[in-house]
Amino acid sequence: MALRRKSKQFRWHRKHLLGLRELSAEEITYILDTAKGFEQISTRSVKKAPPLRGKVVVNLFFEDSTRTRNSFALAASRLSADIIEFTKKVSSVSKGETLLDTAKNLEAMGIDIVVIRHNAGGAPKFLSRNINACVVNAGDGFCEHPTQGLLDVYTIRKIKGSLEGLKIAIVGDIAHSRVARSCLWAMTKLGAEVIFVGPPTLMPTQVGRLPVSVSYSLDEVIEKVDVINMLRIQFERLGGNPFPSVREYSHYFGLTAERMKRAKPDILVMHPGPINRGLEIESEVADGANSVILEQVKNGMAVRMAVLFLVNQAAAQKN
Amino acid sequence: MKVILNCEQIEQILRDLTGHIISEIPAELDVAVIGIRSRGEILAHRLSSRLSQQLSKNIPCGTLDITLYRDDLNSPQGSAQPQVRTTEIGFDIDDKIIILVDDVLYTGRSSRAAMDALIDLGRPRAIKLAVLVDRAGRELPIQADYAGFKADVAPGKLVQVNFTESDGKDQVVIE
Repeated sequence: MALRRKSKQFRWHRKHLLGLRELSAEEITYILDTAKGFEQISTRSVKKAPPLRGKVVVNLFFEDSTRTRNSFALAASRLSADIIEFTKKVSSVSKGETLLDTAKNLEAMGIDIVVIRHNAGGAPKFLSRNINACVVNAGDGFCEHPTQGLLDVYTIRKIKGSLEGLKIAIVGDIAHSRVARSCLWAMTKLGAEVIFVGPPTLMPTQVGRLPVSVSYSLDEVIEKVDVINMLRIQFERLGGNPFPSVREYSHYFGLTAERMKRAKPDILVMHPGPINRGLEIESEVADGANSVILEQVKNGMAVRMAVLFLVNQAAAQKN
Repeated sequence: MKVILNCEQIEQILRDLTGHIISEIPAELDVAVIGIRSRGEILAHRLSSRLSQQLSKNIPCGTLDITLYRDDLNSPQGSAQPQVRTTEIGFDIDDKIIILVDDVLYTGRSSRAAMDALIDLGRPRAIKLAVLVDRAGRELPIQADYAGFKADVAPGKLVQVNFTESDGKDQVVIE
């Protein structure tokens, strides 16, 4: 029986979740602990609880998304909030309305939380400075995707107990990956060691400034790591010819069943989705015993419920 | 700080509560005990093990976190920010008599939240409320079915229940 009259000092005070870089280890841990309490909502017969009753959440997505968008929508509705779905293609943005005007108009309708995905890095921060509603970043440019980073560390912590001392490889197109960045912040703050793995053409130019080591060979690191996070090759973001062919990429950086034979037997295989089967990861591995890919999706619900709950709490305290 | 119940008195109250519950609930019905975090959790464990022993059958015990059901989530709460914790109920509550356990019954707001939380988990045959201290000052039409000790404490004072498991010592004090 755990008891905790003493652990009460910590207070969550952020009404926006913009990124994980600015969070302390304590704040990240607090979100993960809070998320634990939301997990069971998805498993019981009444999959709803009332803490956001009467609140309005808007899904403001300027980029395509299925997983994140649905996950946020479902998370918000499980907390009894109302949801407005906003997509660029069917909105006035296609008529030239600016981000700020769109947001101000939505705010005039009385929204409480904006979940935003935007191709420009810093868009969520810009919004948070200009509107009163809470802002949750669902992916901005190549900067951050904080709830993905959180659900990844949540999944690792749940299975491994802690991230302290773990070696984690993040493999693939690091340069264009906000997931890699959010994961890096969350994982290192919780005590793990992160290795970015990929071809030099897909490494960020300033990678030397980040708290991470870099390897250009998956074969070199596969035996050493406790967790491997395979990023999707984002064809929509790749300009030029970052690698000679898909087959060659797959040969050097794909997670194949053959490579898995050399990995630790309890290695966790992760992927933020959507998967390019046979490219960055073989089907046999994606669906194999070490894969926690669907677990990640499941945990994403709990983490997003926790985030929506916490930003709303912080807003209630400030009003 | 004034001690209103010491270790022996708490022991006696638990004995009485157990006897009272057993005498009132027909033996053929399924009973389970669910404690409200966090002091109700300890009390619930103690009650369920006493009930299990005296009835010679296993009386399941669970823990309920009511944070998501509180009625003050959207109002500023001063320095105390409630933390969401897990609900741990490893059995089906449908058709059972649920003994809902809390350390102190005061405004009735926690009990209201707990009942709403329970109903989202299933449909018990009945919910009975058991508390160690029944403090005057109800703000909702709720009363305990099994109350250990009735106390009339001035508003603004805090009734603090301490248990060996969490605080090293069984006692109830007014601060």
